[in-house]
Amino acid sequence: MQYVAEQALNALSIGAEYSLLALGLAIVFSVMGLVNFAHGEFLGVGGYIMYAMALFGAGDIWMILPVCLLTVVITAVLLERVAFRPVRRAPATTGLLTAFGVAIILQNVFLMGVSPRPKAVPAVAVLNTTVDIGSFTFTILQFLEAGVTAIAIVLLVVFMRRTKLGLAMRAAAHDFTTVRLMGVRANRVIATAFAISGFLAGLAAIFFIARRGAIDPFMGLLPVLKAFVACVLGGFGSLPGAVVGGLVLGILEVVLIILLPDFLAGLRDAAVFFIIGAILVGRPQGILGKKAELGDKTA
Amino acid sequence: MLEVDNVSVNYGAVRAVHSVSLSVDEGEIVTLLGPNGAGKTSMLSAIIGLVPVAEGTVTFEGQNINRLDTESRVARGITVTPEGRHVFANLTVEENLILGAAIRRDADGVARDLETYLDMFPILRERFKQSGGSLSGGEQQMLAVVRALMSGPKLLMLDEPSLGLAPQIVDQIFKLISGLRDHGLTLLVVEQNAQEALKFADRAYILSSGNLEFAGTAEELRTSADLMKAYIGEGVS
Ligand SMILES: Nc1ncnc2c1ncn2[C@@H]1O[C@H](COP(=O)(O)OP(=O)(O)OP(=O)(O)O)[C@@H](O)[C@H]1O
Ligand SMILES: [Mg+2]
Repeated sequence: MQYVAEQALNALSIGAEYSLLALGLAIVFSVMGLVNFAHGEFLGVGGYIMYAMALFGAGDIWMILPVCLLTVVITAVLLERVAFRPVRRAPATTGLLTAFGVAIILQNVFLMGVSPRPKAVPAVAVLNTTVDIGSFTFTILQFLEAGVTAIAIVLLVVFMRRTKLGLAMRAAAHDFTTVRLMGVRANRVIATAFAISGFLAGLAAIFFIARRGAIDPFMGLLPVLKAFVACVLGGFGSLPGAVVGGLVLGILEVVLIILLPDFLAGLRDAAVFFIIGAILVGRPQGILGKKAELGDKTA
Repeated sequence: MLEVDNVSVNYGAVRAVHSVSLSVDEGEIVTLLGPNGAGKTSMLSAIIGLVPVAEGTVTFEGQNINRLDTESRVARGITVTPEGRHVFANLTVEENLILGAAIRRDADGVARDLETYLDMFPILRERFKQSGGSLSGGEQQMLAVVRALMSGPKLLMLDEPSLGLAPQIVDQIFKLISGLRDHGLTLLVVEQNAQEALKFADRAYILSSGNLEFAGTAEELRTSADLMKAYIGEGVS
């Protein structure tokens, strides 16, 4: 029982992390059709800013967290402005290549600016402090991840339903031209999408680095792939789908760690992807995606 | 109010509109007629800034707006209900209308207008919390028109408002359009249903293969069997 509760929270917190990243990918994709593969590098940006702050003596956690979030948001908005806006009208593959280019540049900035080798970032390690509730043992991080992600999702839902900009973003996902005919600036809608994706990635960066305790130039690679898989699993471009996909992915990973015997542990990721493949064979549109035939109108 | 002076529109190497001039005065209803592919939608797109003007100038309220982007033109008081309505299917009727008023800062005025239009179109009040996509074609067309009205435009352009609607619904839509004149609106209406459009329009233009074929009063066109035959063809109802 105790084991089940602990592992359930563990699955929830890992799933929450994937959900945060997947949501960011999905928001940008839904408004502008761009799969931002540089999204993983936002984790790196957050990580390296934490590292730099600790290095220069500004290691207080209450300083580090807001600065990390702000830096990632600014980076996201800036990247949209300098890298993605100029290719907005270009074919989708150009956007994709631009994203890869941005990712590689950022990785090299980390690599040459700091070090090719992993660096310890103990600043947020306090989040790993364990708490005992009765006979259960959890870390603060696990509660925070699940809780903060839930709050972020609620705030996002309120934003998308109650503000004009939120309405415009939902509308733009289906029909961007007509949103412009309402007088809503395309640049504003897209910049907001990037800012939100950066904010969510900043939160994920804090959790990710607290969990790992270290950074390296290529730390964003695997997370962005998993976020992508979560998006596909949930139904690409669907925001609820991204959340569900992230959670399912987290749960699958934890369940397989538990179920697989030790000598097969190395096959965990293979098994996860096998199961996801099987789900997608049954539901090619993803768990929450709408079924569409070629030629269907999307609006 | 609107002056279009020798405007051409190109799609790549293909010229869709050839040096067309037209004007709309304040308080007028002007209709732009012509067969499929004549360049009517291209003309409206050039006026609202969705396609660039290759040659010529578009002037609104005395100012050349060629270089303004679409959003700025909407802010100046031009709006369009696009061909095929383009209601936001994933948003509720209410959300569609709120988004229609996105450029306005006068919350009280928006709320007042919303009430006025919901009184005029009770069906929209009935469907207020339903998604735009769940409405019928006619209801969607009403929603698209009211959504455009919510921005408080000076010039409203309608691209084939009767397209694909049943005859009784078409009547309703046209009644709605001619009623808008009383609200102080200026209208540019693209139509293929010439006979109906000529009933409420003051003046008419006819486009064909991107060229302006006729400019004159609606009366003139409506009452001349020769002109109707030459430009509109027999098959119209
Ligand atoms: N985006 C585009 N790219 C290339 N050619 C286009 C584009 N839009 C329109 N055209 C061409 O320009 C010409 C005029 O098209 P337009 O849509 O303006 O006509 P229309 O009068 O609105 O026709 P309809 O009554 O069918 O709506 C057509 O030959 C069309 O094929
Ligand atoms: Mg047209």
